[in-house]
Amino acid sequence: MAADATKRIANLLREKALWVRRETLRIHRIAPETRIASSLSAVEIFVVLYYGKILTNFPSDSKCEERDRFVISKGHGAISFYPILADLGYFDSEELGRVCKEGTFLGGIPDSIIPGFETINGSLGHGPGVACGIALGLKHKNRRETVFVLVGDGELYEGSMWEAIMFAGEHHLDNIVMILDNNRVCMLDYCKNILDLAPLDEKCRSFRWDVRSVDGHDTEALHEALGALKAERNGRPKLLIANTIKGKGVKRLETDPLSHIKSLKPEEIDRILEEMT
Amino acid sequence: MTSEIATIRDVFIEEIYRRMHGDDRIFFLSADFGSPRLDVLRETFRDRFINVGIAEQNLINVATGLALEGFTVYAYAIAPFLTMRAYEQIRVNLSLHAQLMDMNVNLIGVGAGLSYDVSGPTHHCLEDISIMRTLPNIEVFSPSDWVLAREFVDHSIRIKRPKYMRFDGKPAPRIYRDNSEISFDSGFTELNRGEGVCLVSTGFMTHRALSVIRRLESENIRIGLVDAYLLKPFGERAFYDCIRTYPCVITLEEGFIGKAGLDSLVSGILAKNNSAIRQIALGFEDTYVFDIGNREYLHKLKKLDEDSIISQIRSIMMEV
Repeated sequence: MAADATKRIANLLREKALWVRRETLRIHRIAPETRIASSLSAVEIFVVLYYGKILTNFPSDSKCEERDRFVISKGHGAISFYPILADLGYFDSEELGRVCKEGTFLGGIPDSIIPGFETINGSLGHGPGVACGIALGLKHKNRRETVFVLVGDGELYEGSMWEAIMFAGEHHLDNIVMILDNNRVCMLDYCKNILDLAPLDEKCRSFRWDVRSVDGHDTEALHEALGALKAERNGRPKLLIANTIKGKGVKRLETDPLSHIKSLKPEEIDRILEEMT
Repeated sequence: MTSEIATIRDVFIEEIYRRMHGDDRIFFLSADFGSPRLDVLRETFRDRFINVGIAEQNLINVATGLALEGFTVYAYAIAPFLTMRAYEQIRVNLSLHAQLMDMNVNLIGVGAGLSYDVSGPTHHCLEDISIMRTLPNIEVFSPSDWVLAREFVDHSIRIKRPKYMRFDGKPAPRIYRDNSEISFDSGFTELNRGEGVCLVSTGFMTHRALSVIRRLESENIRIGLVDAYLLKPFGERAFYDCIRTYPCVITLEEGFIGKAGLDSLVSGILAKNNSAIRQIALGFEDTYVFDIGNREYLHKLKKLDEDSIISQIRSIMMEV
């Protein structure tokens, strides 16, 4: 029975990941201004949090006090979150056909005008500090909800990230689970060619965080790790390094250090969608 | 009992401390900046006082998270570092958020103008009125005395919107007797009615204006004085009604002029009303102050001392 359930979830997560990746490409087809490569690396993370039932959420009451908070610090790479929110009922799916068009609330970079988004996004390096404040507030209210934060590796160059990382460890904010979409590419180059961030696990452990690493496209591994990290309240904030590929699913982007600023042409997207299974 | 001479921040913190006893939704954050009155607060409320370290960016971000959870937050730091080191955090997390939801974050910047006179230009704060007034959805409070600041505490808890408070760093005598003389609806108080010239001042410069007025009165010259303290939102209509009979206004501020400070607040109001009132702006020209000396000395150099202001007024009075 338990094995069956596990298998069912595993299949569901794989199916949903494929579906979200396809939907993300469809959004990019009508809104080429969106950051496609950065959104594709985070697909499995969003899928596992929501369809894997890791993150407690209330689509019809998006500000419900009992929800887990989700701060998306790398907001530019969150287009792949739009289809999930629509699918869960945060807003009408028809809106997905209007991304970046006049009058919609679905912009190229999401803000908290969208149901399901907690914060203002678009400027990097803010999420972890805001998450620290939320986490402190929850603890003060004696609430058990978890604060999930999605960050990119490129934004780790912002000094404010490390101010927050230091703070969370010192204040024992074990209700924070930070997920690093470690796609290794900035706007102009691979991170290791700009300023090498390695070893990130040792750096964060030295700031009193618990750190785990997984393949960020392996939904089962993500599911197991996020479930375990959320459950453990041991006085230490948690970091999950999700090793990902920027532009995952689109061969041309996967190998391009400049993928961040690349857009795909409609006919190219049609071809990719046909081949993607 | 507060003595007649006090530091604005001490009185303000004392009042917050009093409120924290009855309201467990108030947090006080500091970027490693203190005050004698803060010592008892941080001892008493160990769970709601947080020293984030010398990290103004994180100060704002942590304050934001707490405010998103419904708390009333005070974030305390040296004024130039609070406003300029963390300007983008203030813009993104306070100014932008506050357009979409309640955000009660109260920024307390200590060291307005030349409060930290001998510490040099990094510690002088001549830009804050301009840059904070530029941001939508944030109130800008520039009190001249501790009574104003004490009365503002209630407003700061009640109005769930970000606010920037620029406090002078040095002790100064009280100007106001009680709250009957104060209005946070209009944002200013007419301290003196006169003829010919009206001084419009903010913060420390209101003390300077008062001494100018006292000296002129001893010579039977009576000019007007308006103390402007809530610079945003500002009661423009009421202000114009108050000054419209004067042929000349002189704005006085410890800040850059010709940008977006008190002078431009006033000139904007005059322009909107097609006013023929002449305006003279006294403050700091477009350069930093590297000269070493106390505030009085630096004011003399920049012609913001009592004698310089009085000779300005005399020459205007000859013309009008």
